[in-house]
Amino acid sequence: MMKRPAFHIDLSTCIGCKTCMIACKDKNDLPDGIKWRRVSEYAGGSWKKATDGTFTQDVFAYYASVGCNHCEDPACLKVCPTGAITKNASGIVVIDQQKCNGCKNCVMACPYQAPQFNAALKKASKCDFCQDLLADGKPPACVSACVTRSLSFGEYDDLKKRFGEAAQMAVHVAPLPDPSITRPNLLVKPGRTAKPIGSKAGAVVNPEEI
Amino acid sequence: MQKKSPQSIGVDRRTVLKWGTALGGLGMLGDGAGILSAVTPARAAAAGTKIITQSCMVNCGSRCVVKAHVVDGKIVRMSTDDSGNDEYGNHQIRACLRGRALRQRVYAPDRLKYPMIRTGVRGEGKFRRASWDEALDLIAGKLKDVKARYGNEAIYLHYATGQLGGTVSKSWPPGQSAIARLMNCFGGYLNHYNTYSTAQITTAMPYLYGAGFGQAIADMANSKLVVMFGNNPAATRMSGAGIVNDLVHVRQTSKFPLIVIDPFFTDTAALADEWIPIRPGTDGALCAAIAHVLITENKVDQAFLDKYSVGFDDAHLPEGIPANSSYKSYILGLGPDRQAKTPAWASKITAIPTERIVKLAHQIGDAKPCCISQGWGPQRHGNGEDTARAIAMLAILTGNVGIPGGGSGARESGYGLPLATLPVLTNPIKDSISFFLWTDAILRGQEMTATRDGVRGTDKLKAPIKFLWNYAGNALINQHSDVNKTAEILRDDKKCEMIVVIDNHMTASARFADVLLPGTTNFEENDFTVSSFVSEMAFVAFTQQAITPMFECRDVYTICADLAGRLGIGDKFTEGKTRDQWLQLILDKSREKIPGLPKTLDEAWAMGVYKAKNPGAPFVAYKAFRDNPDANKLATPSGKIEVFSKRLWDINKSWQLPKGERIPAIPEYTPDFDHHADPKAKKYPLQMVDFHYKQRTHSTWGNVPWVKEAAPQQLWINPIDAKTRKIRHGDPVKVFNEHGTSVTKAKVTERVMPGVVLLPQGAWYQRDGKKGDKGGCSNVLTTHRPSPLAKGNPQHSVLVQVARA
Repeated sequence: MMKRPAFHIDLSTCIGCKTCMIACKDKNDLPDGIKWRRVSEYAGGSWKKATDGTFTQDVFAYYASVGCNHCEDPACLKVCPTGAITKNASGIVVIDQQKCNGCKNCVMACPYQAPQFNAALKKASKCDFCQDLLADGKPPACVSACVTRSLSFGEYDDLKKRFGEAAQMAVHVAPLPDPSITRPNLLVKPGRTAKPIGSKAGAVVNPEEI
Repeated sequence: MQKKSPQSIGVDRRTVLKWGTALGGLGMLGDGAGILSAVTPARAAAAGTKIITQSCMVNCGSRCVVKAHVVDGKIVRMSTDDSGNDEYGNHQIRACLRGRALRQRVYAPDRLKYPMIRTGVRGEGKFRRASWDEALDLIAGKLKDVKARYGNEAIYLHYATGQLGGTVSKSWPPGQSAIARLMNCFGGYLNHYNTYSTAQITTAMPYLYGAGFGQAIADMANSKLVVMFGNNPAATRMSGAGIVNDLVHVRQTSKFPLIVIDPFFTDTAALADEWIPIRPGTDGALCAAIAHVLITENKVDQAFLDKYSVGFDDAHLPEGIPANSSYKSYILGLGPDRQAKTPAWASKITAIPTERIVKLAHQIGDAKPCCISQGWGPQRHGNGEDTARAIAMLAILTGNVGIPGGGSGARESGYGLPLATLPVLTNPIKDSISFFLWTDAILRGQEMTATRDGVRGTDKLKAPIKFLWNYAGNALINQHSDVNKTAEILRDDKKCEMIVVIDNHMTASARFADVLLPGTTNFEENDFTVSSFVSEMAFVAFTQQAITPMFECRDVYTICADLAGRLGIGDKFTEGKTRDQWLQLILDKSREKIPGLPKTLDEAWAMGVYKAKNPGAPFVAYKAFRDNPDANKLATPSGKIEVFSKRLWDINKSWQLPKGERIPAIPEYTPDFDHHADPKAKKYPLQMVDFHYKQRTHSTWGNVPWVKEAAPQQLWINPIDAKTRKIRHGDPVKVFNEHGTSVTKAKVTERVMPGVVLLPQGAWYQRDGKKGDKGGCSNVLTTHRPSPLAKGNPQHSVLVQVARA
């Protein structure tokens, strides 16, 4: 049993294919509009046209795949009025569907949009780290789906050892929120064009997809 | 999923109600409620779950492993290959997002359920339900009638790639399908050559190299620099065992700079060190300017050129060719056009600054070795044959051909396994048309000749197409150019008298059927599949039937066998074998070349996947020729690389080409059809590229909600072009030109260069008024005009205007 399960995302190799997102949707049978894992496209740069009609530019784009980070200080848990959200013995933050009253507090509070509101059922739900698969000794559906092997999971301290101290620091990459808000169990390897948190160099350009 | 199923349009009310009931039975993939209220079926039913190895059989080329989790006869989940430790070389064949969304494709509300016969005008989508007997009798009767009146040359097997992976069920190449076997038993059919994917490069490369090989991706480990022209494996080769994974792996294990040249910042450009944006269709000008720098700065490998090629300079021209006809003369401005191909000249054409062109030339000239690679985007133009060769010239000039770390300048090759397929016998008819000119062959078949229309195998066609088979394809309307013109040609059922469509869903093409037959998906039948577009690890997947055929669906072998009986060729077609008996024969034949394969079908299903790592070094194109050019001549007339092709020189003189078209003997830059400086650009100022998009493989998955949600259809437009048109991100926009109008939503992004818009190809055509479409279908805007030599599809040579809808 894990104590502090965490995800690692490699922004330098992620191609934004969203296989993780669909594997999650299939595994969890998620209807339209409910995305337990979302892939943000962060892009920017500008174009300059010279007098001879040629162009120069500094365009960049990269992707960030985020599910639930099963935070050390989960914002969702703190605002849940019914006690539906708990962090279980394995360190996984779960929502008890029976207790959820559909108030959407967690949806508003989470800076990662992890809890997703199902209007038809009036319930919030989210990534549970595929705890059934973990119990079977298998990786979460998103991790075993990743075509470029950019997603990893494991015990937080093990991942830190595997990917280095830098990975922990690199959570400070746009468009991720400041990690001090919830202390996410998320480690990140930035790519060549990664921008720091709060950077105005780019923007999430696929709001309709996340 | 709330939307009215396209199938319910134009059928009578009673039938709709019946379908409604049937759909209710499909269960869990219904509407927004999902099943979040309880545990997921995968969890609930874990104990009784059967896990069946299957594959994605469609035309991205990869054949990833998917595993159907079946409970009570229904697929409740789709996982992927999770075998072994995923070490490269024995890695997992992980499916991409589309493979993982296959459950929604199998259980789509618009699955074809029963045979149907057209009742309205062709293309209108009005059908009545028919029995299999009635439908097959009608087809058999018409086949005999057309054969009697026009001969077998009037029967055509249309290009179709919806089922690319199977051995018995494959739809492509059509000449290797069960339909081909049936028609060969019946006396043959009109062939076609080339594909919508690669017409221009497939035709051009043999004039240069005698073949079309490229280097394996894994060999980039030996490169000091890799330059990719219009190659985007992150979208076109997305398999977790495919080229993108090979590229990511080789990037991680060796350090070489990667430069991507493309009109848009692709997901592959995101993996690269640098992106150089270029105007679509102008790669040839960039390459000519790079050649100018290499030649004038003595950076060409003259010893290589002298030994291995003909036609680089005037000293090595074939006999009887006038002076100053060589490539070098052309580049230096000594040829007929008197234009030196300087970087300044190219900068105006390509929109790349002069100094960047010079720097790129230095980078390519100085990196030893350097790998030049191209995708299939640059060639899918009106000047694609010339562009494909022009890019390859960079590899030739620098002597990088046939060595590790180098390359031929073509697209990548890789390791493969020789899996057998269904024996289809021989087509007695040799007449063949370009895949792209089938609409011409319907309109004016008997007028089509070898020297005007590229007809092969005969000087002149004997008959127009009167009977058309369309098995598992959407190029009847959606994927062929100029949807409106195509629809007009097809609407007249006096011209092509019968169209038979076999498919899974009510596609845009299915609506143009006279007889519409519901086929099984690969989840409903036994078959095998073999890897393609991999670098170092190949595989065979044994794909077992996971669920019983849905509704009245039948597999293509059963359909053909039944028809064969009605045509009096039953024994000849089946040889007394069932589908599984053919599979056993295919397995036995394959095992002769791949000894590790299982012996019986039961052993095959139990094995699931057979993987094989390339025992040698990564593939180096034309290595034997480089090592010993006298013993291993190329398949060109001279046996060498033909920078100047005497064959093309002769073709240019003997073919009847439309005014303004040429087929240059050397890889010149020729202006594209509908290019940025064309007079037409005054009215339609934006170049449009219809690129490959993660939502779909061509048009497949165009009806699958999960992938449409993840990657919606959008027109990519630069903020500069959006601003002048008052278009904001998310706005509905219309894209239009003289061919038609398509409506979609705008994605305003710096990732596409100014002056260019991108419309992902393959979205399903939804007719809206006379020449309109509201589905974002790019082919409403493309032309029937073929490229000069290949007679191929210039589907990236498009000028459009865009406005808010």
